[in-house]
Amino acid sequence: MTPFGVLRARAVPIAISIVDTDQIIPARFLRRPRGPGHARLLFHDRRADGSFALDRAEFAGAEILVSAGEFGTGSAREQAVWALSAHGLRCVIAPRFGAVFRENAIRNGVLPVALAPERIARLVALAEARPDAAMAVDLPAQRVVDADGAEHGFAIDTFEKLLLTEGLDEMSLTLRNADAVAAFERAYDARYPWMAPRR
Amino acid sequence: MAAHESRTPRTMLDKIWDRHAILAMHGRTLLYADLNLVHEGSRHAFAAIGQEGLAVRRPDRTAAFADHYVPTAGRPRIADATVAEIVALLADNARRHGILHLGMDDPRQGIVHVAAPELGLSLPGMLLVCADSHVATHGALAALTKPIGASELRHVLATQTVWQSKPRAMRIVVDGALAPGVGAKDLVLHLIGRIGANGAIGHAVEYAGAAVRALGMDGRFTLCNMSIEMGAASGFVAPDDTTLGYIDGRPYAPRGEAWDRAVTDWRRLPTDDGAGFDRELALSAADIAPTVTWGTSPEDAAPIDARVPDPVPIADPARRGRVERGLAYMGLKPGTPLASIAVDRVFIGSCTNARLDDLRAAAAIVEGRRAVVPSWVVPGSKLVKQQAEAEGLDRIFIAAGMEWRDPGCSMCVGVNGDLMAAGQRCAATSNRNFEGRQGPGARTHLMSPAMAAAAAVTGRLSDVRTLVRGRT
Ligand code: SF4
Repeated sequence: MTPFGVLRARAVPIAISIVDTDQIIPARFLRRPRGPGHARLLFHDRRADGSFALDRAEFAGAEILVSAGEFGTGSAREQAVWALSAHGLRCVIAPRFGAVFRENAIRNGVLPVALAPERIARLVALAEARPDAAMAVDLPAQRVVDADGAEHGFAIDTFEKLLLTEGLDEMSLTLRNADAVAAFERAYDARYPWMAPRR
Repeated sequence: MAAHESRTPRTMLDKIWDRHAILAMHGRTLLYADLNLVHEGSRHAFAAIGQEGLAVRRPDRTAAFADHYVPTAGRPRIADATVAEIVALLADNARRHGILHLGMDDPRQGIVHVAAPELGLSLPGMLLVCADSHVATHGALAALTKPIGASELRHVLATQTVWQSKPRAMRIVVDGALAPGVGAKDLVLHLIGRIGANGAIGHAVEYAGAAVRALGMDGRFTLCNMSIEMGAASGFVAPDDTTLGYIDGRPYAPRGEAWDRAVTDWRRLPTDDGAGFDRELALSAADIAPTVTWGTSPEDAAPIDARVPDPVPIADPARRGRVERGLAYMGLKPGTPLASIAVDRVFIGSCTNARLDDLRAAAAIVEGRRAVVPSWVVPGSKLVKQQAEAEGLDRIFIAAGMEWRDPGCSMCVGVNGDLMAAGQRCAATSNRNFEGRQGPGARTHLMSPAMAAAAAVTGRLSDVRTLVRGRT
């Protein structure tokens, strides 16, 4: 995974009040194999008439999505993140995130940034007024610097930050502790033998 | 072992958490998972470990269920070639890795959250993971659960562990008794309506109180199932005689001496007296009426005798906007009595409400009446189907003109092709009423099986209590 440092990019604002993963990618597309085609599936059912923000010429090439509504609630489908990635989006800014979406995003190098609604309103207004002005998302410093130079700090837990900034796969973290896992497993199997249903 | 014997009162969450904790670093705990339940959506994760040359660490702690994509009619053929391939791939992956596989032709097949408990795979005190957000269902058996995505599933397959931060502990106590005609689905919809779709974010919810204790296992599954719809990380009920009675004798449940040891252990799982919760909520069961949703979030829930709300007085502009959009999508006008809304079809099914008690409740309403709109009954598993047929429930549904189908997720999510047309309105016993959930433009009202049955025989959202009274 590419490490996430400072992302300087333009932002596309999305005005949906609750962005559940059924909106991000409808279930009927879940059968498709992962690929560049997922870009077209992002918000598929909202994009029928070409007026949706993602399809407006001024937002082409945006790498940051700013969502007025909480983002990624509902189904655990990781395809929601695949669709965002395929579309070239590397960061989503929203007032709140669905828990599994957040975990999925981190594991795909997409940074979820939670900001207060009034700060998001400001970012949305800026993106609408000056779509070509870039903002900076600085993960190491945990702040967003908007097109006017105003700073918005955000919180992220150490684990998530570690995975993203180092481009680390949680598997390597676990495998570094393989001995501890193996010892735990032996003790657990011995203490709770009935908990392995098919022993 | 000292931690297990410590005198400090602990919640059930603490107890289950502690016994699975391997180590902690970077603000997370590495937890050992007892059981990993997979379905057809697991193909990406299996492909990933295959490419990396990794093995499934514990095939004996993994089980595979064909449920999301399987057809619910016309078996054993699968008409759609892509779907056939997806279903076959699960069987291949399971065979290759030595994993128990409940395929479409297996007599124990069913929706993962219905069939795994039936098989005795899900047990109290487990940390149980599944790449599906409704894994909280198994909390009814006092398991701590965690929904995972495809990448995390790859990690679980290879390591049998998850990195997690501990949720906060919340207790929801429901005292009193539910009124006749009111069940677990009404309780949980009422609860979500009250605390909101974000009401339990970051919390593991322990459901307690007389009304919860009085629920049978099927009702507890329904209650825990929808924990995710209030934002909870997990939801569970402490083990009691109801729990143990359900598990005893199931195919993969411990037996003999192992059973005795397990029961001794499980009896120690309930929250100790005096243990503290980060949040507590008390509710009176008697206040709950049959409840339905009118909007596009499960929190848009109201008693059946209420009216479609007016968004104008809602102070919070974000919520007002959401409700306005929801009503536009649902094609509803403020002030309309909920009990006057006509439906185009009825879906009784899903991991929320397709167990035997659910089908019994629906059949009790349908018996001797005719469904006036197309209505599907999709049992949650083959075992449920067989038990229902043994009781003659299938004949009641069929006599009423309803379709009696084969088990699977079906119209809950529609990935197998069971979808509704745009603009159609459905009375559904599933768990999500999001825009497009049952097909592009499809409108979903969530409710209990008895209420869905009432909608089937009246053609509109109806107060099931009036139909029960009509009987006597
Ligand atoms: S029935 Fe619906 S909610 Fe349950 S597992 Fe299937 S798709 Fe998910």
